[in-house]
Amino acid sequence: MTPPMISLSDVTRVYSGGVTALAAVSVEIGRGELVAIVGPSGSGKSTMLNVVGTLDRPSSGTVHIDGYDVSTLSDSRLSALRATRIGFVFQQFHLAAKVPALDNVADGLLYSGIGRAERRRRAAAALERVGLGHRLDHEPHELSGGERQRVAIARAVAGDPSLLLADEPTGALDSVSGAGVMELLHDLNTSGTTVVIITHDREIAASLPRQVRMRDGRIVFDSALNSGSALNSGSAAETPRHAEAGVA
Amino acid sequence: MTVIDQADLPKLVPARMRPRDVMRVGAVGLRTRPTRAFLSALGIAIGIAAMIGVVGISSSSGAELDRTLSALGTNLLTVSSGQTLLGEAAKMPVDAEAMIERIGPVESVSAAGRVGDAKVYRSEEVPEAQTGGITTYAARIDLLSTVGATVRSGTWLNEATERYPAVVLGSRAAERLGVGTAAPDTQVVVGGVRFTVVGILDPVPLATELDSAALTGWPVAAATLDFDGHPTTLYTRSDESKLASVRSVLAGTANPQAPNEVEVSRPSDALAAKQATSQAFTGLLLGVGAVALLVGGVGVANTMVISVLERRPEIGLRRSLGATRGQIRTQFLAESLLLSALGGAGGVLLGACVTIGYALYQGWPAVIPTWATIGGLAATLAIGALAGLYPAVRASRLSPTEALATP
Ligand SMILES: Nc1ncnc2c1ncn2[C@@H]1O[C@H](COP(=O)(O)OP(=O)(O)OP(=O)(O)O)[C@@H](O)[C@H]1O
Ligand SMILES: [Mg+2]
Repeated sequence: MTPPMISLSDVTRVYSGGVTALAAVSVEIGRGELVAIVGPSGSGKSTMLNVVGTLDRPSSGTVHIDGYDVSTLSDSRLSALRATRIGFVFQQFHLAAKVPALDNVADGLLYSGIGRAERRRRAAAALERVGLGHRLDHEPHELSGGERQRVAIARAVAGDPSLLLADEPTGALDSVSGAGVMELLHDLNTSGTTVVIITHDREIAASLPRQVRMRDGRIVFDSALNSGSALNSGSAAETPRHAEAGVA
Repeated sequence: MTVIDQADLPKLVPARMRPRDVMRVGAVGLRTRPTRAFLSALGIAIGIAAMIGVVGISSSSGAELDRTLSALGTNLLTVSSGQTLLGEAAKMPVDAEAMIERIGPVESVSAAGRVGDAKVYRSEEVPEAQTGGITTYAARIDLLSTVGATVRSGTWLNEATERYPAVVLGSRAAERLGVGTAAPDTQVVVGGVRFTVVGILDPVPLATELDSAALTGWPVAAATLDFDGHPTTLYTRSDESKLASVRSVLAGTANPQAPNEVEVSRPSDALAAKQATSQAFTGLLLGVGAVALLVGGVGVANTMVISVLERRPEIGLRRSLGATRGQIRTQFLAESLLLSALGGAGGVLLGACVTIGYALYQGWPAVIPTWATIGGLAATLAIGALAGLYPAVRASRLSPTEALATP
């Protein structure tokens, strides 16, 4: 039986300053899901995404990604997990300046053991896929914000990851570019990739099949568990938290 | 929740980076910040250039000495009259030359005799003080070939001119008298008598006393300058393999009555000794070069620390793309090595140019020892590794999330 893509159980993350960014979070996300994570600023969304993306380790609790128990893996095995299974998209794009789009995307495959020619070939295909086939040799400063984010998405998906994590991918974009990026993420999900998106945009969140709402480091609402559209109501926050943050 | 046996999952193994990719990634920092890379490589280059230059110039001058010695020979022994026990100038017997000629392994003997009171002036009007330091010697005709001297202008003394008031000037003497070329109408005053300058010598490495000498023929000195006929310096060439035994009997043969009053020396030894002294100076300069290199290394380390600080988001991104700590470490180590290797290569080139330029200017054979080049490049790489180690380790220890969160 194939394991779920993501499985967190009782995951807590306490920062060195004593801030509890995640408090006993349990959630399961299956293969091929498209999930929105919402919540007020400081509610622990980014922290959870980092833990899911294995960039950060929890203070307690267990994290399974693609079946692997993250706590049993060394740093270099985790790196291999990221290289082969996880793609990241960040609000600030993180593109290398003065490097053409094609090479920016190709460098995303640097750590997966593929030769340079093949990396560039796959990068060209990925850029084609995000609709930037005509911008291969443009450097980041020659691209619009939306195009830059699409280059970043191309880089994240060039290695064909089964999991795509996006932290406010439309946060720095105007609504038209944002809509284009969302459409792209939808397309990627349709072709089988599990996609988790942090967003502050209610409309975007509502357009996704599943929403997870966070507050004070806990999951206060998960549309996969609660039927009905509690997304916009304040009721989720008022109900006792332990009842909401259930194990899937 | 599904429970999976971790052992059933395929093992996660990070892919190895190809050497070419390691180089390419290591060069990223140099390509994006070329000015900074150039400047910090320059620090290394100056240090290496200084060391290569110092070693190269000293080796070239050594090669020049070897060339000089092999041209001039190392079998010249000189015997000079020293001082008596009472501190007066000693005198060798008039027949000292003939006595030495009788020593078996001696191949040739020549002599110069100091003409004590014969002062040399450009003309009668020049005051005495202005032409001091020039000594007049009566010289044998074969002196030139025995000491390996060469004539820069005019000719050397011959059987005819040694009887007439003709003089050959040493290079420094000619300079001091303001005589540029030898000509029939160039005359100087020697001991109150007008002498025609028939020749000017090149510097004589094995008999530097001749450089500030005015040399006249033996007969004319005796006839017109009150020369007493006693030689003051004897120059002998001997069979190289018997040099030691010749040397041991030379003093006794030249002056049987007072062998302790003469000094025997081997001028080629003095030349080599001078070279050895300048080698000590070379060592000092080499030390200065090493300090420059060290400062260059500190510059590279500084550049690398700043590079790591500035590129934290890039490091975070690479970690998110699957770079292991080792691969991040390798990237910055490679950058540091590239940086100093570039500096090292530039420095070797610069040092070689300085050496070749200086050697050409001096007319020396240019010699850049291979060991210096290899040693210089090895030192650069060692410095690059040392300078890059700490920043690279720091980069690799960064937590990916903190690195990504850096504004
Ligand atoms: N490195 C850190 N050290 C200490 N505290 C941190 C650190 N990173 C985050 N926090 C704290 O943890 C809490 C959760 O932060 P997180 O970044 O996960 O919030 P978020 O939901 O992503 O907010 P936003 O929507 O503003 O991005 C916040 O209170 C924050 O101040
Ligand atoms: Mg956030």
